[in-house]
Amino acid sequence: MKTETSLTEKQLKKIACGIRKNIIKMLTESKSGHSGGSLSAVDILTSLYFYKMNYKPAEPNWPERDRFVLSKGHAAPALYAVLAEAGYFPTEELKTLRKFGTRLQGHPDRRKLPGIEASTGSLGQGISIACGIALCGKHIDKKNYRVYALLGDGENQEGEVWEAAMSAAHYKLDNLCAVLDYNGLQIDGFVKDVMNIDPITDKWRAFGWNVIEADGHNIKELIKALDDAEQIKGKPSIIIAKTIKGKGISFMEGKVKYHGLAPTYEECEKGLCELEEYEKKISEEA
Amino acid sequence: MEAIATREACGLTLAKLGRVNKNIIVLDADLSESTKSIIFAREFPERFFNYGVAEQNMTASAVGIASCGKVVFINTFAIFATGRTWDQIRNGVTAGGFNVKIVGSHGGLSVGPDGLSHQCIEDVSLMRAIPEMVVIVPSDRIETEKVIEKAAEYYGPVYIRTSRAKSPNVNNEDYKFEIGKGNILQDGSDVTIIACGVMVEPALNAAKALIEKKIHARVINMACIKPIDKDMIIRAAKETGAIVTVEDHTVIGGLGSAVAEVLGEEYPVPLKRIGVLDRFGESGEPNELFKKNGMTAENIAEEAKKIILRKNR
Ligand SMILES: Cc1ncc(C[n+]2csc(CCOP(=O)(O)OP(=O)(O)O)c2C)c(N)n1
Repeated sequence: MKTETSLTEKQLKKIACGIRKNIIKMLTESKSGHSGGSLSAVDILTSLYFYKMNYKPAEPNWPERDRFVLSKGHAAPALYAVLAEAGYFPTEELKTLRKFGTRLQGHPDRRKLPGIEASTGSLGQGISIACGIALCGKHIDKKNYRVYALLGDGENQEGEVWEAAMSAAHYKLDNLCAVLDYNGLQIDGFVKDVMNIDPITDKWRAFGWNVIEADGHNIKELIKALDDAEQIKGKPSIIIAKTIKGKGISFMEGKVKYHGLAPTYEECEKGLCELEEYEKKISEEA
Repeated sequence: MEAIATREACGLTLAKLGRVNKNIIVLDADLSESTKSIIFAREFPERFFNYGVAEQNMTASAVGIASCGKVVFINTFAIFATGRTWDQIRNGVTAGGFNVKIVGSHGGLSVGPDGLSHQCIEDVSLMRAIPEMVVIVPSDRIETEKVIEKAAEYYGPVYIRTSRAKSPNVNNEDYKFEIGKGNILQDGSDVTIIACGVMVEPALNAAKALIEKKIHARVINMACIKPIDKDMIIRAAKETGAIVTVEDHTVIGGLGSAVAEVLGEEYPVPLKRIGVLDRFGESGEPNELFKKNGMTAENIAEEAKKIILRKNR
């Protein structure tokens, strides 16, 4: 959370690394779930939850909190790992992912877990929900909170996304900032082969949005993009964050098969080793 | 034959039909690996179209393709196939009288860990409410093959629900599927269990367990939920005097409701509907979810015993 003394870039990178570790551990434990799209979203979520957003884990319904909606709901493991790190619930609970009786449902369930703003999983709906929250904040309740939503690039194929885009610009929702996890893959292959969405920046711009492009794994760029978005008045912003599906685990990066596949125990071990190596590297950086 | 999931049987049958019927066109919405339409796609890439994550557009586009004389099979998860697209199906496919077949895979609680957003427990109700829509829930690979073949042959809108989990074979190889007809898998005179889809197997297991208690249950596989086999239901009511229905679906508007409608108007006898009560699913293994919702073979046998006591009361 944004505090008087912001975390350094190095600290944020370390947090992101720890979140990646927890993601693959929880997915290995549950034996099912979405690895690729969770890992690609980690640096975006880290920048949001540990740099940009205001919230109080002990008071999840604090009226002034910034809101986050995971429109690509299948990336739930990433959000759960982030919420645990933020202090919404014990990290220990992550291993109950997808198991009978858990609060950590296969897709986010707002009635089960504090910190979940909207139940998602049906693609396209989260961004509309975020628009509704932003509209209420700006035009009805006149509050200062900001609203964030994370979209998938495959998800951009849903017509509803464009209905939401149109309405957000129409209602001048400058308190809304969407982030597109632009990893180029969906389930059936490359987005450009399944159903091309490009030129995606032009599309969002044509719909009346302020469009910012950023490297979705560069915390510094993401932070700047989030700050820049807040300065833009009169229209909503979207950060088109270029990412790699499966980011951080070499054998998962860019591989379509890990969309909905959990790592095996061996893969988990290998992945954890890689992440530990990377963590060491960050520590050694000046 | 080895048991496979009905979704896989569907993919295999579509490919088989594709070889003889060049008019068959298959669509999917970024789930071809899961719905198994990929089996058709690999063999007939020129007759397979991926619409991406855009189910509404896919469904209304199917109307356009069907209007050019093609037999169109739409594939996606049941929740998106029937929920996201209900208006396109109602006003586009059915009201237009088009030859579109909607295959909703991953029906019911048996979806498991993905949780409530992906466990469609309302598809049969949603589709049954639409005039002229035929609604079928096959139970195993043998039946799925016949159902898909019949759907392709029949002119008009058909909804077919398939499942994610492997389904043990419950029908005979020589079984003939007819639209509007049920199938008696086991005869009996004390009580009738009417089931569909993945619940046929536990229904048969319940009947087996009941025999040990000297209770002879008739087991009906009611794959075709609309139009429903009224005669078979009325006969079961007259001959056995009590009915239990079982479905991996909400008890509101599905198989249980369809049977209740027939009994209520034609021949009232005690009825127990087993299925998901008025609540959502959740993450968990299918067996855990069935247990929680009182949908196991043991639960079915228990309810059958109880309902017998309600006869002639
Ligand atoms: C309305 C809807 N249709 C289909 C699905 C099934 N589904 C889950 S993830 C996914 C692909 C999403 O691709 P993308 O948005 O690019 O996600 P990412 O690659 O970032 O994981 C699909 C089709 C769904 N969840 N919701």
